[in-house]
Amino acid sequence: MDKMAMKKLIAKRVAQEFSDGDVVNLGIGLPTLVADYIPHHVHVHLQSENGLIGLGPKPSEETYDPDITNAGGQPVTLKTGGMYFDSALSFAIIRGGHVDVTVLGSLQVDETGSLANWIIPGKMVPGMGGAMDLVTGSRKVIIAMTHTNKGRPKILKRCTLPLTAKNQVNMIVTEMGVLEVRTDGLHLMEYNPMFSIDDIVAATEATLIINNPKKMEVS
Amino acid sequence: MKQFMELKQLKDHVFDGMSIMVGGFMAVGTPEALIDELVLLGTKDLTIICNDAGFIDRGVGKLIASGQVSHLIASHIGLNPMAGQLMSTGEMQVTLVPQGTLAERIRAGGAGLGGVLTPTGLGTIVEEGKQVLSVAGKPYLVEPAMRADLSLILAYEVDRFGNITYNKTTRNFNPVMATASDKVIALGRKLVDELNPDHVLTPHIFVDYVVMEVQHG
Repeated sequence: MDKMAMKKLIAKRVAQEFSDGDVVNLGIGLPTLVADYIPHHVHVHLQSENGLIGLGPKPSEETYDPDITNAGGQPVTLKTGGMYFDSALSFAIIRGGHVDVTVLGSLQVDETGSLANWIIPGKMVPGMGGAMDLVTGSRKVIIAMTHTNKGRPKILKRCTLPLTAKNQVNMIVTEMGVLEVRTDGLHLMEYNPMFSIDDIVAATEATLIINNPKKMEVS
Repeated sequence: MKQFMELKQLKDHVFDGMSIMVGGFMAVGTPEALIDELVLLGTKDLTIICNDAGFIDRGVGKLIASGQVSHLIASHIGLNPMAGQLMSTGEMQVTLVPQGTLAERIRAGGAGLGGVLTPTGLGTIVEEGKQVLSVAGKPYLVEPAMRADLSLILAYEVDRFGNITYNKTTRNFNPVMATASDKVIALGRKLVDELNPDHVLTPHIFVDYVVMEVQHG
């Protein structure tokens, strides 16, 4: 599978996790794609931590307004019923448990639900932005990422990079399958039939609990 | 509000070694004209408090590029490669603060609070050197309030009293920063006779000076 096909597949599967009325925050990169695949009968309120709820599609030339951007700084539109607010209220919404689902990428996730996605010491120090607050405060945290990085596992027994938060991840969606973090460990819930279970185990450093996983919907 | 002022008068309000809060999120909502003037003035050794490092040619990134910033307190610096370089060479100190914690520390600074208790950062390097308090059985990090000598904010409509509204996502950190500095200078984009009192987002009592943006074209 090429990289774009993987990303689309992951985005499509994540989009099935939303319920009508959910407040959802989509991170930069792959998670942003999720918005394109939300089923038509499911109406969610997309939140952007720079200060809006009701994120609409990319603007056309006519609707472009440099004063409306998402948390990635890209131009966006606001849907009817949407609104703007300041950063303090934005993070009251986030930390206060008013965001139902947050979807973000990660460099590493581990079997205890800890994640690391904001710093590679000595190499890359972009900063945590709103990620630490989002994963700490949101009701459900979904990691949307490719299963490995250049063949190296990203789903580990323990993260080795500095953490973004401890024990906050609920679900991991990759091109290989869907995993859930539970109190007894990391469960493989669904697998992509393009891969064997053995392939998935081999690409995962964490111990997987495998109990009749379903086939992942990859249409 | 004390008065409207000209951009050139910014020189009377800045000094080397001062701390400045600057509104904006990836430069959206940053008062660019005030930043440009500060670059011209060459005020040095600044501590800048801003959501991010902007871009090399936009937002607080311009102050970083001109070497005027000795300490940047921000949640993210990834879009300004120069900020990362200056941090790694030690020419600029960078303190990274989770975005929600940054907003709330500033809010606390303006609200007369000593700080805030937040679960954000627990179990990470953000926790290092900080006190952890347990309230009703749950752990929280103690994050101190933050204030600065000056706040530079971007307003949208300004009335003759200095009441302010903001436009769309340019609002971000501007309203909280308007409460948390000894002096507040706003760049206004539209001067109006009157604002609906219910629509005022920053009351004029927080604003010391307003500079009206020169409309081009």
